[in-house]
Amino acid sequence: MTPAAEHEKSPHGEVFVELEQVTLSYGRGDKQIHALGLTDLQIKNGDFVALVGPSGCGKSTILKLVTGLIPATGGYVYVAGREVGAASVRLGMAFQNPTMLPWLSVRDNVMMPLKIVPPFRQDYRSKRKTEFRDRAEALLKEVGLSGFGDKFPWQLSGGMLQRASLCRALIHEPQLLMLDEPFGALDQFTREELWAVMQELWMKLKPTVLLVTHDLKEAGYLANRICVMRARPGQIIDDAPVPFARPRTIEVSYTPEFVSLTQRLRELIVSARPVKDAA
Amino acid sequence: MDSALHRRIASIALIIGFFLLWETLCWAFGISDIVLPKPSEIIVALVDWFPDLWPHIVQTLYTTLVGFAFGILIGVALGVLIGSSRLAYDVAYPLLVGFASIPKVAVVPIFVLWFGAGTVPAILTAMIMSIFPIVVNVATGLATTEPDLEDVMRALRATKIDILWNVGLPRTMPYFFASLKVSVTLAFVGTVISETVASNRGIGNVMMIASSNFDVPLVFAGLLILAIMGVSLYAIFSLLEARITGWARRKDEFSIG
Repeated sequence: MTPAAEHEKSPHGEVFVELEQVTLSYGRGDKQIHALGLTDLQIKNGDFVALVGPSGCGKSTILKLVTGLIPATGGYVYVAGREVGAASVRLGMAFQNPTMLPWLSVRDNVMMPLKIVPPFRQDYRSKRKTEFRDRAEALLKEVGLSGFGDKFPWQLSGGMLQRASLCRALIHEPQLLMLDEPFGALDQFTREELWAVMQELWMKLKPTVLLVTHDLKEAGYLANRICVMRARPGQIIDDAPVPFARPRTIEVSYTPEFVSLTQRLRELIVSARPVKDAA
Repeated sequence: MDSALHRRIASIALIIGFFLLWETLCWAFGISDIVLPKPSEIIVALVDWFPDLWPHIVQTLYTTLVGFAFGILIGVALGVLIGSSRLAYDVAYPLLVGFASIPKVAVVPIFVLWFGAGTVPAILTAMIMSIFPIVVNVATGLATTEPDLEDVMRALRATKIDILWNVGLPRTMPYFFASLKVSVTLAFVGTVISETVASNRGIGNVMMIASSNFDVPLVFAGLLILAIMGVSLYAIFSLLEARITGWARRKDEFSIG
C-alpha cells in the first residue's frame, strides 16, 4: 500500500519534494530504533502539506530529512529534482522554539538568512542598512510587529517571538518552508491569529510548505493536504486533500465538513496507536 | 534613592574604613613599620619614590599587557579549536588540565634558562598564567551552544565558519569576558613572579630589593601599585563586558506584552 499513489500521476516536473523508499533508524544491532519505516511522499511545487500524528511518530524526522539536517538510512530524498543538499534550494525553517539569537535585535535576527543565503549574502554589507532593512521592517509589519525591530528577543512575549521567527523563515523568499510545530507553544487566540497571518503570507509568496503539527484544526485550517502518520515505525497511513476554499477563516473550522474531517483524522490517529501505549 | 549608587558609596566606604582601621590598629598597638607600616607611611613612601618607581611601573604594565595579549590570542585559538569539535574536546582536555595544574612559578627558571633574565621570561610567564582560564571558558562556551541555534543556521546551509562566526563566538562572549577578568589579574601575578626571580626591572624587582633593605613601606607601596593596576584593568574589562555582552545580563529588565 503506497498512500501517495494518487499523487504519482502528477507531471514529474511539478513534484518539488520527493521521498522514495526512505527509512531511518538510530543505533545499531539490538538497540536499533526504526524511527521511520519505508516511506514514500511527494509534494508538489507551491503546495501546503501538513503532517499529523502522535508524538514520536517521525513527523519531525521527515522534516529534518527534507531539510538535509539528518541523512536517510535508506532510500532517497529529492528536492527540486536533485538529491537533498545538492540543489541550491532556498529553505526557510521555523521551530516550536523561536530560537532567536539573544545578542541580536529582532530585526537583525530576522535578517540573518540574508546574511547567510546566496545570492543575498554577497550584498549583505551594502544593503544591510537600506533595502534589506526595509524588507525586514515590511515583513515585521505584516505580522503585526512594526516598531519592534530594535527590541531584543527577551523583551518580547512568546507569541511575538514566534511571529518574528516566521519573518525570519520567510525573509529570503524560500522556495521550501519547513514549519515544525511553530504555533505549538502558544495560547489558543494567538495561535488562531497566527494561522491567519501564515495563510496570508503563503497565499502571497507561494512557497512549498511542509507543516508538522499535533493540532488537527491547525492542519485543516492551513493545509491543502494532510498526511496522517502512525508511530513505531513511523509511516504515512493516510493522505487526504483539504477541500475548503481560501482564504479560510476560523469560522470554517465550525462547519460540519471541517468537523467531520478532523474527526476522521482523530480516529485514524487513535486507531493507529501502538498497542502497548493504548493499554 | 538609586540602589546602584548606594552600593557604590558603601563599597568606597568599606575601602576607606579598611585603611582607617589599619592605621588605627598600627597606632594603638605601636606596631613597628618594619613589621607592618601604617597606610600613611606607605603613601609617603609612594610619593617620595614615585619618580624612581615610574619606569618600573611602566615596565610591569607593559610586560603584563604584552603577555596578556599573547595569552588572549593563543587562548582563543586553542579554545576555538577544542570547543568546536566534540572529539577535540574529549581528546585534548586531559592534556590541558595537566598543563593547567603545573605551578607556574616552577616554569620561570626554565624560561630564564631558555631566554635569559629580563623582559622575555616575564612576558611568557604572564602569558601562560592567563591562557588557561581563557581556553577553558571559550571551549566551554562553544561546546555548550544550543543545538537549536545551530540547526537554524544549518537549515540555511550555513558553513561551519558562518556558524562559528554568527552563533558560536557571540554566544561565547560572556564566558570569554568572565575569563578575561580572571586572566588579567593572573597575568600580573605571572609578571611579578618572574620579575622577582629573574629581572632587574619592574615592580616585582623593586619589591625584592626593598625587602632586602628592610624598606618595608616601599614593599607595601609596590603592593599598592600592583593592586591599583589590577583593579584598573579589571574595571576596564568589566566595562567592555557590560557593553558587549549586555544581552546576557538582563535580569533587572522587564519583558513586555
